[in-house]
Amino acid sequence: MNAVVKRARTEVESALSGAFDALAPQLPGQARVRALRADAAALFASQGLPTRRVEAWHYSDLRAQMKDVLPLAGRPDAGAIAQAQAVLQPVREGQVRAVLVDGYFIEELSAGLVTSDITLRTLDDVLETGDKVAIDILSAKNLGKGDTALALNTAFMRGGVVIDVEPGYHAALPIELVSITIADAPKAIFSRSMVRAGAGATFTLVEKHITLGDARVQKNDALVLFASGRSQVEHSFHRARTGDNEVHVHSLLTIVWEEAKLNSVALVEGGGFLRRQIFARFEAEGAELSLASATLLRGKDHADTTLVVDHANPGNTSREYFKHIVDESATGVFQGKVVVAQHAQKTDGVMKSQTILLGDDAAMYNKPELEIFADDVTCGHGATVGALDPAQLFYAMSRGIPRADAETLLLEAFAGDAIERLSDESLREAMLQRVRDWLKGRVA
Amino acid sequence: MLEIKNLHANVGGKEILKGLTLTVKDGEVAAIMGPNGSGKSTLSYVVAGREGYEVTQGEVLLNGESILDMPPDERAAKGLFLAFQYPVEIPGVNTMTFLKAAMNAQRKHRGEKELPTPEFMKIVREAQGKLGVAQDMLRRALNVGFSGGEKKRMEVLQMSLLDPKLAILDETDSGLDIDALRVVADGVNALRGTDRGFLVITHYQRLLEYIKPDTVHVMASGRIVKTGGPELAHELEARGYKEFIGQAA
Ligand SMILES: Nc1ncnc2c1ncn2[C@@H]1O[C@H](COP(=O)(O)OP(=O)(O)OP(=O)(O)O)[C@@H](O)[C@H]1O
Ligand SMILES: [Mg+2]
Repeated sequence: MNAVVKRARTEVESALSGAFDALAPQLPGQARVRALRADAAALFASQGLPTRRVEAWHYSDLRAQMKDVLPLAGRPDAGAIAQAQAVLQPVREGQVRAVLVDGYFIEELSAGLVTSDITLRTLDDVLETGDKVAIDILSAKNLGKGDTALALNTAFMRGGVVIDVEPGYHAALPIELVSITIADAPKAIFSRSMVRAGAGATFTLVEKHITLGDARVQKNDALVLFASGRSQVEHSFHRARTGDNEVHVHSLLTIVWEEAKLNSVALVEGGGFLRRQIFARFEAEGAELSLASATLLRGKDHADTTLVVDHANPGNTSREYFKHIVDESATGVFQGKVVVAQHAQKTDGVMKSQTILLGDDAAMYNKPELEIFADDVTCGHGATVGALDPAQLFYAMSRGIPRADAETLLLEAFAGDAIERLSDESLREAMLQRVRDWLKGRVA
Repeated sequence: MLEIKNLHANVGGKEILKGLTLTVKDGEVAAIMGPNGSGKSTLSYVVAGREGYEVTQGEVLLNGESILDMPPDERAAKGLFLAFQYPVEIPGVNTMTFLKAAMNAQRKHRGEKELPTPEFMKIVREAQGKLGVAQDMLRRALNVGFSGGEKKRMEVLQMSLLDPKLAILDETDSGLDIDALRVVADGVNALRGTDRGFLVITHYQRLLEYIKPDTVHVMASGRIVKTGGPELAHELEARGYKEFIGQAA
């Protein structure tokens, strides 16, 4: 650990700390939660917003992005709710769907809330009345320690949902968690949700992020994904393209227990400044975690994916598979760290990052890292950055396919390689269609 | 008809084609034989329009029209086809999808409507059966993990689907077993006709026994140094290229 060097607070940092002090008494939660928030606020007060001097944020200067404090989003009004409703796909009979608007759970847009196998509560309710176990899991204290962007979320969190899937339940339909931001006026959003898979539960979680409008937004949200022993969870994540004015920090906090299988596949479209951080930890043995994503960037997009996979226990397998297509003058960042504790023997970890740079001014920063303290492990990583393969392009063109179409074919295959890891066919096809739409936007 | 006149081309700053002249008439099957490194593949790439191959002098006409300023896809739409010496693997692109994209792209170039899927499937099935291409290959990523021989069959399959006016086959026989060689040759022979020309690059007389050429050219150091009938291939098989290497330098 680097020594902590105190530095002068910026106005924004002081204002955020001030906002917390003023708001704290009204934020949901009893003594435990208050202490949790206070600790997080104290960490933030001492460290401030992450800058390039913080190693884990070396390529994404959040402090530079947060030039002022935007007003905290209030509960959405009827107009905002109607706008959100308009972008929702029809819900299938019996499907569970939780919708957040500006970070707040909106019951009237949600569906399938009352089933015997899936329980849905608001975050505020759990913070106020939840048992110690639930609050401990929500606080994910072993994950993302010291990260001050996450600390801000912990300090301010409110408004999300907590979904519990009963042990042994096999959900036939995906559970949806849709987060919609109505960017009609500047606002800041701090929301946290949790999805807990009971022992042996099997289901698919579909997480979507959509922003409507182009007003300035600071969205700092988190999802705690808790996979109990032998649960099998597939997680499909899609962040739709936003305008240039969104500063979005999204934290995925994943806790994986014995013999659980968690397969997370993401399609990340750029827009503004995005930091997607994934903190994952193996709490027992024999589990498999797979994290994949395709990130599509253009314009002046800045998207940073930073992940830490903590093999804190022996005999677990992790796969990280990250693909970026970076066009125009966009910037992509991938930082992946796989940590293998000293007693975590028989760890199997493979991390791969592949990037295609299309624009002359496009940039990609890759930093894969292995921190291995055990000796009996199979771990590897690789990172490649390059243009589209001219030999492949020529081959396709020699068959009569025009350059733009040949590029589209190859790019779709490149992104599809990550998306194919999704086992649900209709979700996979929907994601591929989004990729095609993005590529079409490129050619047009 | 393909006419190549006094073609000079550089690759990586080095002159590889040094004044090559060659004509393939409609209905003609012309063979090119020549030592390794003499520029045979370079010639096929230059004609197909690969980037990085700089033409410094000369002309290439396809049916009387200069093609050197056209991108590769336009040349293909004009009826040119190249069977690659080393077919390129394209991970993630399903072979069927690729074939359909290629056929429809060419139809679009020519102002024709897209092929309806059932019709496309029927055409592919037919060609596939004739060429002994396994059904499961069509479902796999294009050329990925195909054996050497399977890749070559896939080239010939593409050729028959795309129905070119002029096809260049760059060592399509290398890597083929005896049965595959016959299948591929049958595939080519089936396409032979008065309106189609072939330029067959090969090292072996054997292929030319199945695909009987009208003309045999010897290429050395970036030029055609001798032209003759099928008997020339036999001579080369017996005597090698020694006499030509000195002559061309
Ligand atoms: N990119 C390049 N840069 C420099 N030299 C090249 C490049 N590509 C090809 N060459 C050279 O051009 C010459 C001709 O190569 P080419 O592949 O055309 O020969 P070939 O006649 O097809 O040989 P083979 O019978 O082995 O297939 C060779 O000496 C080769 O090394
Ligand atoms: Mg060659």
